[in-house]
Amino acid sequence: MNNNSKIDLDTLKKLGKLSRIPIDETGSNELMEDLNKIIGFIEQLNEVDTESVNPLSSVTGHNLPIREDVVDDGNKNNDVLENAPEKKSGYFVVPKVIE
Amino acid sequence: MKNTDQNSNYISGKTGDWEIVIGLEIHAQVLSSSKLFSGASTEFGKDPNHNVSLVDAAMPGMLPVINQTCIKQAIKSGIALNAEINKYSVFDRKNYFYADLPQGYQISQYKYPIVGEGSIKITDANGEDKVIGIERIHLEQDAGKSLHDQHPSKSFIDLNRTGVALMEIVSKPDLRSPEEAASYVKKIRTVLRYIETCDGNMEQGSLRADCNVSVRKPNGDLGTRCEIKNLNSIKFISQAIQYEAERQVEILENGGVIDQETRLFDTSTGETRSMRSKEDAHDYRYFPDPDLLPLELSDSQISEIRSDMPELPDQLVERLISEYGITKYDANVIVEEKEYVHYYENSAKNRDGKLVVNWMTSELFGLLKKNNIQFNQNPISPNHLNELVELIENKTISGKIAKDVFEIMFATSKSPKMIVKEKGLEQVTDDSVIEDFVDQVINENKDKVKEYLSGKDKLFGFFIGQVMKVSQGKANPGLVNKILKSKLK
Repeated sequence: MNNNSKIDLDTLKKLGKLSRIPIDETGSNELMEDLNKIIGFIEQLNEVDTESVNPLSSVTGHNLPIREDVVDDGNKNNDVLENAPEKKSGYFVVPKVIE
Repeated sequence: MKNTDQNSNYISGKTGDWEIVIGLEIHAQVLSSSKLFSGASTEFGKDPNHNVSLVDAAMPGMLPVINQTCIKQAIKSGIALNAEINKYSVFDRKNYFYADLPQGYQISQYKYPIVGEGSIKITDANGEDKVIGIERIHLEQDAGKSLHDQHPSKSFIDLNRTGVALMEIVSKPDLRSPEEAASYVKKIRTVLRYIETCDGNMEQGSLRADCNVSVRKPNGDLGTRCEIKNLNSIKFISQAIQYEAERQVEILENGGVIDQETRLFDTSTGETRSMRSKEDAHDYRYFPDPDLLPLELSDSQISEIRSDMPELPDQLVERLISEYGITKYDANVIVEEKEYVHYYENSAKNRDGKLVVNWMTSELFGLLKKNNIQFNQNPISPNHLNELVELIENKTISGKIAKDVFEIMFATSKSPKMIVKEKGLEQVTDDSVIEDFVDQVINENKDKVKEYLSGKDKLFGFFIGQVMKVSQGKANPGLVNKILKSKLK
């Protein structure tokens, strides 16, 4: 991200849409200000020269944990559906979404 | 490259020829017992939300742990597609909202896939080999299933498929016709089935394809492409590409421009249509999944899998040609399914390989198709086909009688030797018996004999036919020919 990346109203609306969060017009100025402060803070990192440094994925020195291909989970339909606002015949029921 | 052959792939429009450029993304479900990041079963057809762990349902605090077998399967597939295996790969989050994706993101691989560039050989429309480039294969999670037809305003969600491992196999844009695309998908499916990394069952959705289609003037600059999502049969893939290419040609020839977009194929109309929610569809905001460390493989892990690879379809085709002397075409037909190869090799033992392949691909496949019977329900055992060909080879029965025997074998599963014995179908090779048949025919057709003797040579075929008829097809045709000639002088 470069230094002139600022969150404007369009970007804010797009972020809201992608995150499924309604953006209230009245609060939008405050939100933009907050987000721009956060970005500004993070952008300090751009001052460091990382040209020859590989991205660090972990500091623990561990390898990716791996499991055997064994079925030892599932079969808990009731638990899975427990918090569903609406369910029927073992399915989650949601507002119709067709693409 | 012959120009005429090339042209057969073109679409001819008002302004001249158009070339279709196709790249495919195949989503192949990995054969494993449990899911990519959870211990829930991958079994198809269970009650809704039965094969779901709290990891798959994306409950707070759940952590993904990768399945060793899925890693191996991806490496195996990469090796089979002559591809580079990347010793370092990374899992990323691909963010989007959809009801059958509880996490709100799909765990996939973006910048660093587990498998890099490879290639696969297909047969093009002219029966020639063509090499298609593979761009990459990455591992990712499948999504759940939405049912839209249960309620007028609601969708029903089943998460059984959520989190099952997929390999996304991305081709280079090397395909030039719907037929080539079909041939490519078939070949990929065959290879994956041979090495048992995917069952290739398209009806159950184990193998699906997204097709990127664009058109251009032959050898011109690439056009704008459209992506047709989620095609689950080879027929639909060909149809969708054909329709889409023609649609694009029509737009371009009328002065329009192609919008880069995602489209859906309507199987009932054979048309593609634009997806509604396209504007933000491609803003996936990929980033490395903080729950998963990079996947690092050692040389020994990879070489162990490499040394354990089964015979691949291309190698098998070569071996069948050299070992059994059959044509490349026939070898390709047999190699298409592993069970065909098994059947063929058993029935061709010590027999004329060409004869066996003909019986198998024309007679056997023909009868199976006619009676709508699956190959694994085939009533004729390889031993019996072997025996039948032996009876033809040692001249116990003629090829013509063999067809009748074959139909009885198909209907009864009896051994051909038994059928021949029961029905008395052995070929007559006794000179004196055949002489009797010949005499009978000559006596019953005195006028024809006269015509023949006065120069109407064509009648010879008629006499052969009559003798065969009198012998109920059992007389040895060579002997009939010889004896008839000597008697009709």
